[in-house]
Parts: sequence; structure tokens; C-alpha cells
Amino acid sequence: MATYLDFEQNIRQIQEEIISAEVRYDHHAVEILKQDLAKEVEKTYSNLSPYQELQLARHADRPYALDYINLLLDKKYEIHGDRHFRDDLSIICYLGTIGEERVMVIGEQKGRGTKNKLKRNFGMPHPEGYRKALRAAKMAEKFNIPVLMLIDTPGAYPGLGAEERNQSEAIARNLLELSNLNTITVSVVIGEGGSGGALAIGVADRLAMMRYSVFSVISPEGCSAILWNDPSKVEAATKALKITSSDLKELDLIDDVVDEPLIGAHRDKEGAAIALKTYFMNSVNELKTLSDAERLEKRYNRLVGMGRFSE
Amino acid sequence: MSLFNLFGDSEKKKQPTKSEAPSHWVKCPSCQSLMYYKEIEKQNHVCPKCGFHLRIGVKERLALIADEGSFVEFDANLRPVDPINFVDKKSYAARVEEGYAKNGTYSSVVSGECTINSVPAQLVVFDFNFMGGSLGSVEGEKIVRAVNRALEKRQGLIIVSASGGARMQESTFSLMQMSKTSAALAKLSDAKLPYISLLTDPTMGGVSASFATLGDIIIAEPGALVGFAGQRVIKQTIGSDLPEGFQRAEFLLEKGSIDMIVERSELKETLSDMLKLLLP
Ligand SMILES: [Zn+2]
Repeated sequence: MATYLDFEQNIRQIQEEIISAEVRYDHHAVEILKQDLAKEVEKTYSNLSPYQELQLARHADRPYALDYINLLLDKKYEIHGDRHFRDDLSIICYLGTIGEERVMVIGEQKGRGTKNKLKRNFGMPHPEGYRKALRAAKMAEKFNIPVLMLIDTPGAYPGLGAEERNQSEAIARNLLELSNLNTITVSVVIGEGGSGGALAIGVADRLAMMRYSVFSVISPEGCSAILWNDPSKVEAATKALKITSSDLKELDLIDDVVDEPLIGAHRDKEGAAIALKTYFMNSVNELKTLSDAERLEKRYNRLVGMGRFSE
Repeated sequence: MSLFNLFGDSEKKKQPTKSEAPSHWVKCPSCQSLMYYKEIEKQNHVCPKCGFHLRIGVKERLALIADEGSFVEFDANLRPVDPINFVDKKSYAARVEEGYAKNGTYSSVVSGECTINSVPAQLVVFDFNFMGGSLGSVEGEKIVRAVNRALEKRQGLIIVSASGGARMQESTFSLMQMSKTSAALAKLSDAKLPYISLLTDPTMGGVSASFATLGDIIIAEPGALVGFAGQRVIKQTIGSDLPEGFQRAEFLLEKGSIDMIVERSELKETLSDMLKLLLP
């Protein structure tokens, strides 16, 4: 069953009408309804509020990392574990191919349904998840394989074991190591980019966001509770934090916005996968024109150039 | 340790008099005992009863670490801007001005060069009094410039952290300071120059999850609270109370997350020894 948000109800209605017209073989009606749908999509999605975009980024039907991996990779093998503690299932690593290109995909993975949500720990990695990601990235470096990182997490897991095993260090180590990892790296926020837990796989030659994804230093819920002292100010916090892809592109904090279908990845998974694949392959080909030294210098200058101040 | 005996007796003799304002007395956040401010100041702000290392400002920290008169500040002219016009109950600009009024600086970081027992080093000190020691664009930039000076002069770097984490008012700009500072530290590491991270109470969130845990040597002060997630958040998530001493320096040492816990009386010598051992 598809999930529809409040502002998607008109779209739901037209889509249901299309289905019943198709059942009647009423091609004429289908044609007209499809035009209506296109107009409604244009109307609804061209004027989304930041809070509505946040809801889309967290939409239950939005493709997760594994969905993209299945749609993008021709050959694929999952590799498991950090070699030290356990296999954290909220981060997945796949070695495979996209066409002629070898690729290492590292993604944060949420689950669908109660059982899978628990299995994936709601997409909140423990330190061993980040260490698995780093192991995969280092392997890619060793064999000169381009890396695609897919960010989708509410944040790194806040728990006893996570702290005992040094969540801070796991994230920090990834930031440091990924800053000069000597292979082509591309990071894309596909849904929720929650703070340091997202950034831990977000240091790359290129950082992009799918159209309806968010990237934030703190969840709008956390921000409204702390700064407003009022948990009901989530919408205001969402707006104030500037977390949408268009805001962050305008602020020059990300390199690109991936051209996800206007109707959203949750309604058009294949369209979203094609957009992601096109972005990744184009990026790889463009980055290949640089020497290793040039590429690393460019990445470094981009990283240390972040921030605004006066002097 | 020695501190307890040395100052424990004099503490007992001290009784409050009517002429002394209540502000002359401080309560130890760890053992709750009441102490006379002048007395505890002489003891490097260490609780004589339980040894807890109370939070101190930049001035006190410099006096503790740097050779007298050796500290030269850099980049004091860096000021925060309000990159996303952030307003919650107050505007970011107003909070910065409040911080300045309270502290006399526009940043939670003071950075510069000094000698420590005659060993030159780049020194970055966080001040929890300015917006909770939060990490914003100015703080990140000061750290990167300190790394660059260390690279130029082939010196070691010491960062003294005291921070609640990222500065929410700068949103993603603040978040990106984590990768910015970590990338700079990779350069320092490649140049084989030592970086010593001193964790003081508290070191949390985005600061803990970037430069603070990347030291070649990581030192914590006794009792310092250090961690990624805040205790309230963890409690809510797991739905139960936290074990005694959780996320304290002693806990971190036991779990293998830090190299050593050093008391303030030993700090300066430890730092200069580490610099000499790692950069002979
Ligand atoms: Zn005490």
C-alpha cells in the first residue's frame, strides 16, 4: 500500500481515477487524467515548504540505499563487517559494476516494516558500521575503484554500546580518512542526512543531494526542543535550519542537486535511479580527467573552504 | 592523590564569613561540596575533596599550560557572520553579542603560539563560556590556520576542547567544520607533526566526533564528560538510566578511547614531554 501525505491527496485521487479508467479500457479518459496528473504534480511539488520536503525525505515509500543498489548495479556482491566487532546492518557495502565501471557502494540503510526497521536499527549506525564503511572505502582505494556513498540516516545511534565503542572516533576517523582517500568518491544524500552520522560518509570529491532530501546539523525536532524550548516548533526549525537541497545548493554547501523526478522518488523509483546513475557516471567521467594530485587538492580546498566569517 | 591531602585540611578550616558574598563560594558539580573561590583558584580549580577538575576559562588555561608571557594570539580578528539569518527565540546576531558582553571575545576559540617548558607549539583553546564552546565557522577556520602555522613552522599542535558540539545557529556551515578540521589534521599527520588533543569537561557532539578524537595522543582531565551523544538523548533512546560514570574520562580510559588522564598539576610537563618525545 502506497502512503500519501496530506498535500498529496489530490495526486492520490487522480492516480486512483487513472487506475479505474484503465480497468474500463477508457483510453480517452486515461489521456485526460494523465494530463491532469502532470498539472497537479507541477502545482503540488513546485511550491513545497521546507517542512513538506522534510516529510518527503522521510517518506515511507522513498527508495532506500538497497533499492538503488538493486536498480543501479549490474553485478553486485555484498561485503560484510568491520573485521573487529560485528556486521552493522544499518550500513551496507556492495562491490560490483555499473556497465563497464567497477564501483564500491556504501550506503546507510533504513528498513521497511517493523522487523526490518529493527534489523537496520532505523538506519542509525553504530561505530562498527562506520568502520565497515571505512574498510570498504580503503579497499576501493587500494584497487582504484570509484566509490558511491548513499546517505540516509536520522543520525548515528545514541546508545550505550555505541559510546563504549567510541562513536565519536569512528565518525571522526572517517572524516579524516575520506578527506584524502585516493580514489574517485561521490556522496549523495538520498533521504535524510542527519548530522555527523551522515557526514561520516559525506566527505567526497562531490557531495550532492537528491531533490527531496535534507541535510542538517541536528534534526528539526531536536532543534525546536533545544533552541525554542518547544517541541511543537518543528516547522519553524525546519525552515530556519535551511536543510533542503535547493537551500544548501544556494549556500554552496553541496556541489549539485540530483535531478530526481518532480513527482518524487517515492512515486517514481526507476526515474530516481536513472537520475542517480546519470549523476554518478557523469561525475566519475569528469573526475577521471583530473590527475590524482589535482583531484585530491580540489577536494581538500573544497573541504577547508567551508564556512563563513568576517575578518 | 596528593592534592586531596595537601588542600583538604586548609579547606576544613575555612568557614564562610558574613562579609563574603555568595559568589565567592563555588559548589563542586561532582561531589557538591562548597569551596572558597580564592582557595580553589590557587589549586588550579581542582576540587580538593573529590579531585574533580572544574571548568576554567582561557586565561586560566593559558596560565596553566603556556610559559609565562609566551602566548601570542593569532586570528583574533575573525568574527562570526550570520550565514543563514538564523532566528529562534533570539537572533544569532544577538546571541553573539551576548557572548561578547559576557566574555569579551567573538569566538569560543582562542588560538595562537606559545612555548611550553620552552617547547614551541601551536595552541588552540576552547572557551565553554562563549555559546557553550560551540563549533562554528570562526572556530573551524582558527583551527585550520593553527594547523597551517604548525605545518609552516614544523611545530606540534595542542587543542584544548570544551564544547557542547556544533553551533546550531550556523546549521550546515557548522556541521561542515567537522570535515574541514579533520581534513586539515590529515595534512598535519602526513607531515608527521604531533597533535595532542586535551579533552576537558565537557567535550561532546560534533567536536568530540571530529578533531577532539583524532589526536596522536589524547589526554582527558579527571572526571571530564566526553561523548558523541548527550546523556539525555541516550536515556530517552534506551529508556533506562545510564551506568555510574558513563562517558566520564575514567570510563573512556577503561574502554580504550583515550591514552591517559592527567591532573592539572601534571599537565604542563606532560604536554611538553609529549611534544619532545614525538618531535625530537
Ligand atoms: Zn568535588
